[in-house]
Amino acid sequence: MPAPSKPKTRWHIAVFLAPAVLVYTAVMIYPLFNTLRLALYSEVDQQRIWVGLQNFQTLFGDAIWSEQFWNALGNNAWFFLIHMLVQNPIGVALAALLSSPRLRFSAFYRSAIFIPTILSFVIVGFAWKLILSPIWGIAPGMLDAIGLKFLYQPWLGKEEYALTTLSLVSVWQYVGIPMMLIYAALLSIPDEILEAGECDGITGMSAFWKIKLPLILPSIGIISVLTFVANFNAFDLIYAAQGALAGPDFSTDILGTFMYRTFFGFQLQLGDPHMGSAIASAMFGIILIGVCIYLFGIQRRLRNYQF
Amino acid sequence: MHKNTLTGLLFATTLLGASAATAQQAELTIESWRNDDLAIWQDKIIPAFEAQYPDIKVRFTPSAPAEYNAVLNSKLDAGSAGDIITCRPFDASLALFEAGRLADLSDLEGMSNFSDVAKSGWSTDDGSATYCVPMASVIHGFIYNKDAFEEVGVAVPQTEDQFFAVLEAFKEDGNYIPMAMGTNDQWEAATMGYNNIGPNYWKGEEGRTALIAGDQKLTDEGWVAPFRQLAKWGGYLGDGFEAQTYPDSQNIFTLGRAAIYPAGSWEISGFNALADFEMGAFNPPVQNAGDTCYISDHTDIGIGMNAATENPEAAMTFLTWVASSEFSNIFANSLPGFFPLSKADVTLEDPLAQEFISWRGKCESSIRSTYQILSRGTPNLENETWNASVAVIKGDESPEDAGQRLQGGLAKWYAPQQ
Repeated sequence: MPAPSKPKTRWHIAVFLAPAVLVYTAVMIYPLFNTLRLALYSEVDQQRIWVGLQNFQTLFGDAIWSEQFWNALGNNAWFFLIHMLVQNPIGVALAALLSSPRLRFSAFYRSAIFIPTILSFVIVGFAWKLILSPIWGIAPGMLDAIGLKFLYQPWLGKEEYALTTLSLVSVWQYVGIPMMLIYAALLSIPDEILEAGECDGITGMSAFWKIKLPLILPSIGIISVLTFVANFNAFDLIYAAQGALAGPDFSTDILGTFMYRTFFGFQLQLGDPHMGSAIASAMFGIILIGVCIYLFGIQRRLRNYQF
Repeated sequence: MHKNTLTGLLFATTLLGASAATAQQAELTIESWRNDDLAIWQDKIIPAFEAQYPDIKVRFTPSAPAEYNAVLNSKLDAGSAGDIITCRPFDASLALFEAGRLADLSDLEGMSNFSDVAKSGWSTDDGSATYCVPMASVIHGFIYNKDAFEEVGVAVPQTEDQFFAVLEAFKEDGNYIPMAMGTNDQWEAATMGYNNIGPNYWKGEEGRTALIAGDQKLTDEGWVAPFRQLAKWGGYLGDGFEAQTYPDSQNIFTLGRAAIYPAGSWEISGFNALADFEMGAFNPPVQNAGDTCYISDHTDIGIGMNAATENPEAAMTFLTWVASSEFSNIFANSLPGFFPLSKADVTLEDPLAQEFISWRGKCESSIRSTYQILSRGTPNLENETWNASVAVIKGDESPEDAGQRLQGGLAKWYAPQQ
């Protein structure tokens, strides 16, 4: 019987992990902690001084800042809600349609719907700005052609519509991602289960509701959390379409644009890296809380449902 | 073998020559927000300078106007900013000077070519140090389509009532959008709206300095009245003005679809290239015929030196040249609408630019109300004024409420208004 050998140092693990760990630390972990640190300082007369949580107190307590902060957070929430209510159900529906064996040209539809996802947000922002423009856009003309001109509004220019319009543009752009993920999940459902269901008389729509949907719930959960993180980190589309002031009258201002304006400054307003970091930290906190709720509250329950 | 030696020698001398040349030649990079002017700098200004100073190469590298401050500040912090910095007037540049980013140019030869008012935009509050060479000011007013005015049979308005009568005439006629302006980008409403017509109501410098001293408030009639005028503009701006961008407005006007364009004189060179109808300009209409008129003649562009530049001598040479009358002449005529601030005599060739500058003779000049001192704190009065002007034009906020809100914001951080 061979003597139990001393456990070998498995140094190759460290070597292979090192590049990723180093790069990740340099570009993600260090900046994150530095941002959190920066939020605890303030600049007075060109001197950086420690102020503790005072920046957060200003952000949440001072009316000028807190109004903007809650406005941005509320807009973020609405942005997220539209994605959850429109993008994800449409994504699931499209995936269900595409996975139907009787659908022809499904590869073509799949690509067509997925293409906007790979477009640059700058292109999407500017293209939609042009399409919806009251002056040069094709939207007023197209509505006119079918006799619905009265429905036309300068959607991106009115406080009450601008955010919803941009959310829907974002839905249009990214609906391909939940579609693809759900599609993959649907394809991975073993045929035996569906056939067993058929033997029990569950076919068509009820097969979807009773068998497929419960099986893809974990995927839907992952998509929801991805949507949440992406939406609360959003910045690019709003910036490309409405600029850093997130007009009209801050109605499309989200935490990302608010942070950008504060951190880097805008027009005459000078940048304030410390308040900017405080906002960034608040964003980080909100996302962290959201993801934790998902991990501990929802995912655990989802796992319990699984076999 | 012989051939090889020759090639080698030639090659060596070329290398030597090249390195000798680079050793002598300094390269200056200019930071600016005027990306519209790239061609003029490259084709006219820089060649004129390089012809005189062949040892100095100059590169003009502008960024987008709205992001300029942000971009410049991060570049300066990172130590990657250019040698020459185009300066915005007042606080943005003052902050850079106080942070030691801009060099003190008080002793620059040629600085005496500028009046104190011209230098005020780039001097410390007590006027003891000047850190940018004043380059140009811009004048506000209205540019109009002469053909359209003839077609509809209206005359250039002198008073407020005439102004609205003209707008009404265009609205009734229906062939032209009465006025080309949008509120999408927000700043036009304040810059071309509030600060364009405002000086007539707050009496130019008198009101502006009184506001800084705390003797007037933004809720006073002189400061609310311009909002009341703006509130009437909404009906004349054309369908969907809420989503109309600044370039949209420029296009609408130069395509001949609108009659009047609330302007800054910086539009002149761009419009000259695009419009194929004759343009004229009128100053902001006064309340009653015969009233003194006031215009916003805003010190807009200065140019200074990055304190951390590696080529301070070359940069000083360049700035001295910018302060000369030669530069003023080239600049004023290549960019009609940017009026030189130097005392040197400059002959303007462009008729529209002449029109604008002629108002300096008949009206009192002032600068934009929000630029000096009043936009130092949070909330920033300039940015707030954008927002308020838009809200008033759209009818979302009453002129009185707008004044109240701005005053509240200013009083938050500005001691003389508390």
